[in-house]
Amino acid sequence: MNDATELIAPVDAKLHGAKIIAAIKQAGIGTVVTVPDRTTAAGLLRPIAADQELRHVRVSEEDETIAICAALSYADQRALALFQYTGLLDSINAVRGVAVEYEMPICMMVGLLSKEPGVGPTASKHYGLRIIEPILDVMGVDHMLIESDDDIPKIVPAIDKAYETSRPVVMLIGRMPIAP
Amino acid sequence: MMKRDDCLKVLAGEIAEDQIVVAAYTTAFDWLGIRPSPLNFISSGAMGLTGPHGLGFALAWPDRRIIVLDGDGSLLMSLGSLVTIAEAAPKNLIHCVCENGTYEANGGHPIPAQDRVDFAGMAKAAGYAQTHTFSELDDFRTGIGSVLQEEGPVFVDLKFVPGESYPKDYGLMHGPKIREEFREALRGLGLRQ
Repeated sequence: MNDATELIAPVDAKLHGAKIIAAIKQAGIGTVVTVPDRTTAAGLLRPIAADQELRHVRVSEEDETIAICAALSYADQRALALFQYTGLLDSINAVRGVAVEYEMPICMMVGLLSKEPGVGPTASKHYGLRIIEPILDVMGVDHMLIESDDDIPKIVPAIDKAYETSRPVVMLIGRMPIAP
Repeated sequence: MMKRDDCLKVLAGEIAEDQIVVAAYTTAFDWLGIRPSPLNFISSGAMGLTGPHGLGFALAWPDRRIIVLDGDGSLLMSLGSLVTIAEAAPKNLIHCVCENGTYEANGGHPIPAQDRVDFAGMAKAAGYAQTHTFSELDDFRTGIGSVLQEEGPVFVDLKFVPGESYPKDYGLMHGPKIREEFREALRGLGLRQ
């Protein structure tokens, strides 16, 4: 990132966790499988864990989420994996094998820890963040950035498409959602 | 020490025709030969996900017992999944680890601590409701029936050596046909649309 970096959203734009959770439910998600991530811990994970309408499964490592979500899809049950981008990097082989090559509808919501608000991931000063979208592009995995409330309407169609086409999708959470 | 195919034949005789079984890699090939069924789900694509696949099925269908035939090398790649399963505590999950002490599909090299690791002990420490270890066929034949009735999550360490070898069709394992047949069998049972 440098001073000339173009902003993709206002630095002070709002992203409300409650609105994201409402969209998740609207998309038919009934189970959320999680590894904690500082970006989403307060705004998403804590309210999800307390939500009686969602089944919450805590796992030890991110690649477990891929298999659990895949298995639930065989029962026509929609699920969401929620973890940090470092966990996505750690789970690349599971995403490659189970989600992409076996064509499974794995929906992942991935927190971009330390990304600068309003800045696109590829323009971040952090190497680990800059490589996420190019990696997903190379893998052929659909992805989108949820940077502000204006992006929340993307969530339901993205999840619907994943299940209709039996393909994975990654929704990148660009800043800390505001806790409900 | 019992042989794998003998052990799996005993297990096959103890389960119902509509039993869903999740199996991994080398054991999966033997299992497919011994108990051919579209309700065999092959956990492949990435090692270490057999238990999590089984957990997903157990959560999806809480009224159906799910049997997992994990590999020891596979389980070692996701030891944390023991804690995950213990936390979720599915009463309908039987998680077996097929312990031959080697990465059999990858040249037969030994797993770390081959002669010291205690998988059942780790499962117990993780919080599984029940744990068992079998290494002799007579003991397994006598005990497995009641083990399959226990409230889970149940962990079963099956210590064995390779027996008769069954065809290893990696094309079948990784191709879409076996998963589509699994889906179709689930539809037949009313477990999916």
